[in-house]
Amino acid sequence: MTTITTNDTAARLDRLELIVRDLLAEAERQGATAAEAAASSEAGLEISVRLGEVETVEHTRDNGLGITVYFGRRKGSASTSDLSPEAVRDAVRAACAIASRTQEDPYAGLADAELMARDLPDLDLHHPWDLEPDLAIELAIACEDAARGFDPRIVNSEGASISTQTSLHVYGNSHGFVAGYPSTRHGLSCAVVAQEGESMQRDYWWTTARAATELETPAAVGRRTGERTVARLGARQLPTQKAPVLFSPLTAAGLLRSLTGAISGSSLYRRSSFLLDRLETPIFPDFVRIHEVPHLPRGLGSAPFDGDGVATQAKDLVSQGILRTYLLDAYSARRLGLRTTGNAGGVHNLRIEPCSVETGPLDRAGMLQALGTGLLVTELLGHGTNPVTGDYSRGAAGFWVEKGEIAYPVEEITIAGNLKDMFLGLIAVGDDCDFPGSTRTGSWLIREMTIAGD
Amino acid sequence: MTDPIAIARDQILSPAGLDTGHLERLLGQLKTSAIDAADIFFQYSRLQSWVLEDGIIKEGNFNIERGAGLRALSGEKTGFAYADEVQFDTLLQAAQAARAIARGGSETRVRIDGIGAGRKLYAPLDPLDSLSDEDKVALLHRVDAEARRQDPRVRQVIASLVAVRDLVLIASDDGRLSADVRPLVRLNVSVIVEDGDRREQGASGGGARADLGYFLAEDRALGFARQAVHQALINLEAIAAPAGTMTVVLGPGWPGVLLHEAVGHGLEGDFNRKGTSAFAGRIGERVAAPGVTVVDDGTLAGRRGSLNLDDEGTPTQNTVLIEDGILRGYLQDRLNARLMGVASTGNGRRESYAHLPMPRMTNTYMLAGERDPAEIIASVDKGLYAVNFGGGQVDITSGKFVFSASEAYLIEKGRIGPAVKGATLIGNGPDVLTRVSMIGNDLALDQGVGTCGKEGQSVPVGVGQPTLRVDGLTVGGTQG
Repeated sequence: MTTITTNDTAARLDRLELIVRDLLAEAERQGATAAEAAASSEAGLEISVRLGEVETVEHTRDNGLGITVYFGRRKGSASTSDLSPEAVRDAVRAACAIASRTQEDPYAGLADAELMARDLPDLDLHHPWDLEPDLAIELAIACEDAARGFDPRIVNSEGASISTQTSLHVYGNSHGFVAGYPSTRHGLSCAVVAQEGESMQRDYWWTTARAATELETPAAVGRRTGERTVARLGARQLPTQKAPVLFSPLTAAGLLRSLTGAISGSSLYRRSSFLLDRLETPIFPDFVRIHEVPHLPRGLGSAPFDGDGVATQAKDLVSQGILRTYLLDAYSARRLGLRTTGNAGGVHNLRIEPCSVETGPLDRAGMLQALGTGLLVTELLGHGTNPVTGDYSRGAAGFWVEKGEIAYPVEEITIAGNLKDMFLGLIAVGDDCDFPGSTRTGSWLIREMTIAGD
Repeated sequence: MTDPIAIARDQILSPAGLDTGHLERLLGQLKTSAIDAADIFFQYSRLQSWVLEDGIIKEGNFNIERGAGLRALSGEKTGFAYADEVQFDTLLQAAQAARAIARGGSETRVRIDGIGAGRKLYAPLDPLDSLSDEDKVALLHRVDAEARRQDPRVRQVIASLVAVRDLVLIASDDGRLSADVRPLVRLNVSVIVEDGDRREQGASGGGARADLGYFLAEDRALGFARQAVHQALINLEAIAAPAGTMTVVLGPGWPGVLLHEAVGHGLEGDFNRKGTSAFAGRIGERVAAPGVTVVDDGTLAGRRGSLNLDDEGTPTQNTVLIEDGILRGYLQDRLNARLMGVASTGNGRRESYAHLPMPRMTNTYMLAGERDPAEIIASVDKGLYAVNFGGGQVDITSGKFVFSASEAYLIEKGRIGPAVKGATLIGNGPDVLTRVSMIGNDLALDQGVGTCGKEGQSVPVGVGQPTLRVDGLTVGGTQG
């Protein structure tokens, strides 16, 4: 496969911009009163190894374009993986045919022209990695070896996988806004199996970054994988009870996703949210601050503009425990009589400040001390969250903690409560964020939940 | 034209100027003497969807995907490249990239001289054209009206209709050419009901490998609307669910997601070849109570999980996984079957040309027993009766699995009591079926809504079971 040079990237980006302009022009030609279009192109390499041998080598290459046409307040959309001129015409024709059957929606349409992103900051998202397959294999094997060598009880492996991907994305609409940018993402992950007696456990770890130089070392990822896997051996059930629960940073990120889902415009106007009508009211204790930083250099969730072409902006979602904003796109904002918040397509780089009700920020040991005797959850299973009521019931695995010390691993239990109560019952957010990704959070200590076991 | 091979030649190969000679050259490049097996998977897929919300047809989308994936296997190694431009030069590059998995080796000659025989479980039709667009949107309006007619507390109705026509062509190095035209339709309804400050959701839907007339037959579409409202209203009255281990009666049909999670995934060949499944090496052992027979059957006419042939060109089959409580078999694709020295069971499936095939389920269900469902409920002094579920998940290595009830009731002294809120149920796959103490005579399959995710790939599946009594499942409610 060829290496992507900077010049090459610029040329490919120009080609995508041309496709977007063609889509918009074709939409106008076919009678649309407004239109928006996007085109993307991705290329990458993914190599996995298992038990020291190559397992798969995948060359990935994905293209796509999408068009939405408006005829007044009626709309229609089409998309395809084909970037040819014929596909452009066919897609617009298909979108127009759809629009002839959809109905007037008073809220449909582009975001207002004056909201389009003007200055596009360089977010430093593009760091191609000319990863030769031989080096990739070497790194992945080093990672798996570190995991397998961590403990003699690690008896099997699901392997390690290394990947690099370059993406180009262009969006445009009939306000004359057309913009795009390249980005890269690289990663290394590993999963192994440990056995002791009858008990067999699997766990994984990974690293991901915009620039290969920011990846954790294969040895570090491997060790962490081994450590997590072995720690689960000998897990048992717990008796059914109520107890305080400490969500590990990774599982706490899931609670943040429940929050952002509940305050997203589409959930709100559909009345499918447990945080309906809660703007400017307390939804967390007063020490909680949650914010969004969309322009973070090299950020995994960074973006200069959202899916409507609207400039993204840094903001507090929650401060002093009070919900300060919803997450809106142009459509849901119009529906709710509000202004878009630049969140078409989601939230960009979410952060929660380490904090606690009584003391300053706590590290992992401090969080375990604050938990005292209770459950540390490190893995959640299933999708048992009701977005309308906030009722929460999920399978869990982790550790029973006694007097701030890990006592033994647990599994085959559930934890249940209601997200509204869980948010208000937050006692501390740790200064112990330890996983890669666009969301950064430490562990969350929740006052009380119901644990179901034997 | 009803011969899938002829359709695929006409719609995939001819527009790209490709003929049998080109396929033979590509396969010859892909399968060098150092490669054990190779195939090319061509796909041309069209999807149309409509969404009704707020009583109006708000959106529609039309999507076309076209591409080819080229795979070269050498021992346990797989080389894979794909292209979304179906043209000879691009495919040739992809073939060279994929075959690099095995070094050395010279080109071979592959002659395409056979046809992979598929089943005839559904017609090679195009569901997108099976109703006019006018009739499609009219159907969604009727669904909306039916839902709102049920109860004044219905506040929101979202109804969607999706039709897909997926055409696949598989050329493999054994000289076989196989093709399949796969229609798939789906209708979903979700509602929000409100009563004072209580608010709840309900959802229903169904689908099949059929044309859109499927939803007009037997009042199906309107039935889904009524079911969604029923579920939401039941949940509006629901009390807190119990917490702890108790006897659980599972209703027929979709609760069969239990089998999909508890045993199905753990019996997929890849996990068992690698020894990472809690079921590895346990063929011939008891893993379920006597009377429990579980199959994976890709040969049911028109079902969402069915296929005339799998994505490697192997005809689907009815595979017995558990027979009278004894573990009998695994689900295999070509790679894992070859490495384990058995035959493929026709379970090699992939999300698209851009994904590698893996062993995947089709329609997984438990055969009927002899008990009257009423007798099963009457046998329980205190427990949970769960009739509808959302999704589930399993850790195949520890064997722990969950599935989340979306409609459930208490059983009190043999009678169905008050509705309880949704709760997640958790158990251990290799022993949960040993606790099945009663099997109903009311086997039902789900309505055609299942989608299974594995390693980032989604494929349509089906599940089913009769009413079951399970003595001891952990219920994740809040009432201790």
